[in-house]
Amino acid sequence: MSSKALKLPQTIDKFRSFNFDQSLSTFAAWCLAILWLSPLVYAVWTAFHPSEFETRFDLFAPLTLQNFVQAWNEAPFARYFLNTIILVAGIVAAQFFLCTLAAYAFARFTFPGRNILFTLVLLQLLVMPDILIVQNYQTMRSLGLIDTIAAIGLPYIASGFGIFLLRQTFMTVPKELDEAARVEGCSFLGVLWRVYIPLAKPTYLAYGLVSVSHHWNNFVWPLIITNSVETRPLTVGLSIFAVTDSGIQWSVINAATLMTSGPLLIAFLLFQRQFVQSFVRAGIK
Amino acid sequence: MRNSAKHQWIYAWLLLSPAMIFLITFTHYPAVQTVISSFFSTGRGRRKSVFIGWDNYATLLLDEVFWKVLVNNFWYAIWTIPLSIIFSLAMALWVNDKLRGRGFLRMAYFTPTVLPLIAVANIWLFFYTPGFGLIDQIRGLFGFAEQNWMGSPDTALYSMIAVAIWKEAGFFMIFYLAALQTIPPSLREAASIEGASKFYYFRRVIFPLLMPTTLFVSINAVINSFRLVDHIFVMTEGGPNNSSSLLLFYIYEVAFDYWDTAYAATLTVVMLAILTTVAIGQFFFLDKKVHYK
Repeated sequence: MSSKALKLPQTIDKFRSFNFDQSLSTFAAWCLAILWLSPLVYAVWTAFHPSEFETRFDLFAPLTLQNFVQAWNEAPFARYFLNTIILVAGIVAAQFFLCTLAAYAFARFTFPGRNILFTLVLLQLLVMPDILIVQNYQTMRSLGLIDTIAAIGLPYIASGFGIFLLRQTFMTVPKELDEAARVEGCSFLGVLWRVYIPLAKPTYLAYGLVSVSHHWNNFVWPLIITNSVETRPLTVGLSIFAVTDSGIQWSVINAATLMTSGPLLIAFLLFQRQFVQSFVRAGIK
Repeated sequence: MRNSAKHQWIYAWLLLSPAMIFLITFTHYPAVQTVISSFFSTGRGRRKSVFIGWDNYATLLLDEVFWKVLVNNFWYAIWTIPLSIIFSLAMALWVNDKLRGRGFLRMAYFTPTVLPLIAVANIWLFFYTPGFGLIDQIRGLFGFAEQNWMGSPDTALYSMIAVAIWKEAGFFMIFYLAALQTIPPSLREAASIEGASKFYYFRRVIFPLLMPTTLFVSINAVINSFRLVDHIFVMTEGGPNNSSSLLLFYIYEVAFDYWDTAYAATLTVVMLAILTTVAIGQFFFLDKKVHYK
């Protein structure tokens, strides 16, 4: 680092340019933010206005919910919502269960093959089920699970990311706590339940949020494996609704778009701090 | 004592086995099976699948669409990876600075992450619509001619790239933000006492300290540049004339439109090979420049 002598005029100059810097970056930051929000803002605009205002921006344009009503009536969105909720709840529950057990084994036990098995787990961070669609489809066919909600979730429930994240958290639990509980007569599973899981609550929240938003939004695999209204999640339902060349108006499509992203978006806006912090927490491990 | 150690590892294996069964069934087995299938023909009806050696790979080398898609994916990666990293770093620095309205800024940048890509693709589709769409309307104000963004082979891929950057940057911002928060403020004070400019401080202090994050983010960005194809389904379906098709989208078409699963497996092998090479290479290349604490 250069050790320039501090001169007074220079400092004042710096002070001035610093302020200039600050306002310049504030300006740039806001421009980018507006650009980043514009698709969403635009979707909200069209969805809540009659279709003739799709490209006319009039502050006094009449508001309407008609687009939402029309979208809701033209496709079985209620069913899609139900499917997505079942899917996401099932995946998160199964992930918590499987990943907790596996992470506990990796964090607190020594056993032959531990390193190899852990490498196999980490490998999934690179080779995700998302790109193994061809072979996983064959597997699902031989299991007779094509077009079921279970088939959408199964490839994702043993998550390498989840195991890794929970293992890192479990390793920070002081060994003394573990031993104390064991002296008190707790079994292995008792210790896991009474000591490790309660201490890892923030990690569960973080992982849960990341997982929910990932699977709520997942598209390609569900598209492949489902082909009926009873199993399709929202994303696939929306894509079918939006593609039909029946000349559906943009405003209706945008209403449907907002509907499918709505619950997640509202949850995000309400719990913004927790959301961002959760992603941060999941990220730094 | 010996007995208790043995007891321990049986216990550990019991804890692991449910997760490992699923992991192997849906990740490792299919990865290995993909390689095996690439050496067999696709069984159709009464014709059984037979061993054909390297035939699928020979087809691959002569497949113009494959090369086109590979080149597309290359450009897609070349643009999305650095740009989304630069944007995300700028966003993180801004949000971390005490700028006016940082809560709003953070929300604005992060929102695309929680929106389904397939849903926002619909909105972007409208932005890009020739003449009628928002981008052309704005361009129209300045007297530019109509432009068919997704319908012309020259711009279709770049339209997809813009969407991908928009979707990813806010997500990567989070990782940088997490890293920035671990940098002690005393460093900045020290730098300003030494008379270091803001840019100098960034280049010599902040950026090196963020290197592990950059490594992590760039590996993620590489994986995403192969995995993130949802918007293509809605916006262009790979067209016109495959000019916006990417490797995973082509795999999907071959496997589930033409039902040529053996050839789709061969294409998947190429993808696996690229991902592995890039990840290993990146690790060794960037590892040298990474300063761990």
